[in-house]
Amino acid sequence: MTLPVLILGARSDIARATARAFAAGGHPIQLAARHVEGLEADKADLETRYGVEVTLHDFDALDVAGHEGFVDALPSLPAIAVSAVGLMGEQAENETDPAKAVTVMRSNFEGPAVILGVLADRFAMRRSGTLVGISSVAGDRGRASNYVYGAAKAGFTAFLSGLRNRLAKQGVHVVTVKPGFVNTTMTAHLDLPARLTAEPQEVAAAIVKAVEKSRNIIYVRPIWRIVMAVIKAIPEAIFKKTSI
Amino acid sequence: MQLSGWGNFPKAEARVRAPRKEAELADHVAEGSAIARGNGRSYGDSAISPRNTIDMRHFDRMLSFNPATGQLVAEAGVMLADVIDCFLPRGWFPMVTPGTKLITLGGAIAADVHGKNHHLDGSFRACVDWIDVMGPRGEVTRCSRDENADLFEWTLGGMGLTGVILRCAVRLRAVKSGWIRQEMIPADNLAAAMDAFEANMGATYSVAWIDCAAKGDHLGRSLVMLGEHADPGEVPPRYRATPFKAPRHRNIPFPINAPGFALNPLTVRAFNAAYYRNGARQKGTRIVDWDGYFYPLDAIGNWNRLYGRRGFMQFQCVIPQDTAREGMQRLLSAISASGQASFLSVLKRFGPQDSAFSFPMAGYTLALDFPRSKAAIALMPELDAITLDHGGRFYLAKDSRMPAEILAGSDPRAEAFATWRRDRGLSASFASLQSERLNL
Repeated sequence: MTLPVLILGARSDIARATARAFAAGGHPIQLAARHVEGLEADKADLETRYGVEVTLHDFDALDVAGHEGFVDALPSLPAIAVSAVGLMGEQAENETDPAKAVTVMRSNFEGPAVILGVLADRFAMRRSGTLVGISSVAGDRGRASNYVYGAAKAGFTAFLSGLRNRLAKQGVHVVTVKPGFVNTTMTAHLDLPARLTAEPQEVAAAIVKAVEKSRNIIYVRPIWRIVMAVIKAIPEAIFKKTSI
Repeated sequence: MQLSGWGNFPKAEARVRAPRKEAELADHVAEGSAIARGNGRSYGDSAISPRNTIDMRHFDRMLSFNPATGQLVAEAGVMLADVIDCFLPRGWFPMVTPGTKLITLGGAIAADVHGKNHHLDGSFRACVDWIDVMGPRGEVTRCSRDENADLFEWTLGGMGLTGVILRCAVRLRAVKSGWIRQEMIPADNLAAAMDAFEANMGATYSVAWIDCAAKGDHLGRSLVMLGEHADPGEVPPRYRATPFKAPRHRNIPFPINAPGFALNPLTVRAFNAAYYRNGARQKGTRIVDWDGYFYPLDAIGNWNRLYGRRGFMQFQCVIPQDTAREGMQRLLSAISASGQASFLSVLKRFGPQDSAFSFPMAGYTLALDFPRSKAAIALMPELDAITLDHGGRFYLAKDSRMPAEILAGSDPRAEAFATWRRDRGLSASFASLQSERLNL
């Protein structure tokens, strides 16, 4: 029997595309999100399209105390777990409203890190499995335009790196995904450069491939590796005066 | 954002939103002048409302499939390509498909599209069991032949002007393989092409590519292509073990808008002549895969760029059976005399059609495309007049430029449709540039 793929934060465009990509490969799917009853149509979609079994699980990434219980309640421990949990927020609000900033920090770092940590222990005990964390290029260097989000993603990236290091000898693999710009409705009104902007389906395909090939860190569009290398290489004395 | 149809004309600045939830969609609809947009494959301005265009592509879930009846229930943003991807491997294919698979189910219903099997099976309507339509206040009404039948009838071919198509139940066709047995019949002129259609009314699929540049005795010379779903035993040996798995066609994107002169009467004439000669050599029967047979142009991403920045116009009319021979002869003579050759021209025999506002009728349809040149624009009124003279009408999914009088003169149903919309209080709620241009 094929073990399922768990999608955490299953409501986002990237999560939906990722669920489809794994289901297309014949994997049963566990969809986890807040108010998960709203994902009945997505469950029906995956079942109708791909004939796989799909289960729904209520999951609140910020309720870290409940994460152990959430994993215990899953009908089976998944083979692969993907965290698509995240919250962009508004940088301007994050600067003036500490509560909003804390929510962004917790949604992008604390919540995803804790749940993947819990799953890591179970996977390590079983000595198999793959954990996928969707982080962001924004975590590669803090910039004025979104450093609260970026800092939380940087924390998550570092966490994934450490987790990968810890689990490498225990048969468990960790993939860090840095999507770059993604074409979602939220960005539809922005004039994103086409060469740097991926479709959710592209992100999903890259994730499936990264899992199959046990990649460590992927930039969905390879050009982002270069872009971020350049951004990281700019000396701080100059960088602080730029507006990238 | 700037929006246009597949013909790249007209272009209009439009407010576009892509809701994910029914509640969001209802909020947008409540603002009025709303038009739902699918994958943007209608050619003109059917899916553009400057104030309120609603991109439906997030509503792309398949909800159930019943293998006993072949009925698929799905949201309106599901594409025909997805349906084929998921169901051809299980032995099912769309019952009716136009020449592109890159359209949504909602769009297929709104335009009530037709395919190469219209003469036998009718338009897309034939496979639609029911439709869920969202009205002005966000209320969702299920309609079918038995339930809210007037809404059902006007929604098929209603160009999105009866409300937002949200979900539908469509029946698929059971097939034995992903391959088509194609028979190519070269026809030296229009009469021969029409004779070939009439002699093959029993063929599942029939369509003709027509050389609009040919003159004189060769006026209307065509390659008539018939098709049948092939049995597993006919599938080429290397694919026989998996008869539903056809070779994948490489998608070759057309990268840029071609310069304006790329398609001129000379190059088009040369292309058409070469295409005919090449096709005539393939006379007879061969086995081709579904993608190449139904969707040759889908293999070239953004082929519409071939016409350059100015875009192109489609012209598609249907002329009723009893005047079709004369009408088609006159249309082709006018085109040929104008020197404005159409790059891709298609002739097809339609079968009977009984519906409120759908395009097809028993007779012959001719589909043409022209670059938006002055000479081609000047030719349009002449083609309109010939169509009207012969009792024909026009396909709204292709239209980007027809005057309201021409539609009214060709199709009394347009007035009835507009009246029905007014009576139901839909006129202010749902509108497109096309509905405003045509007083629908």
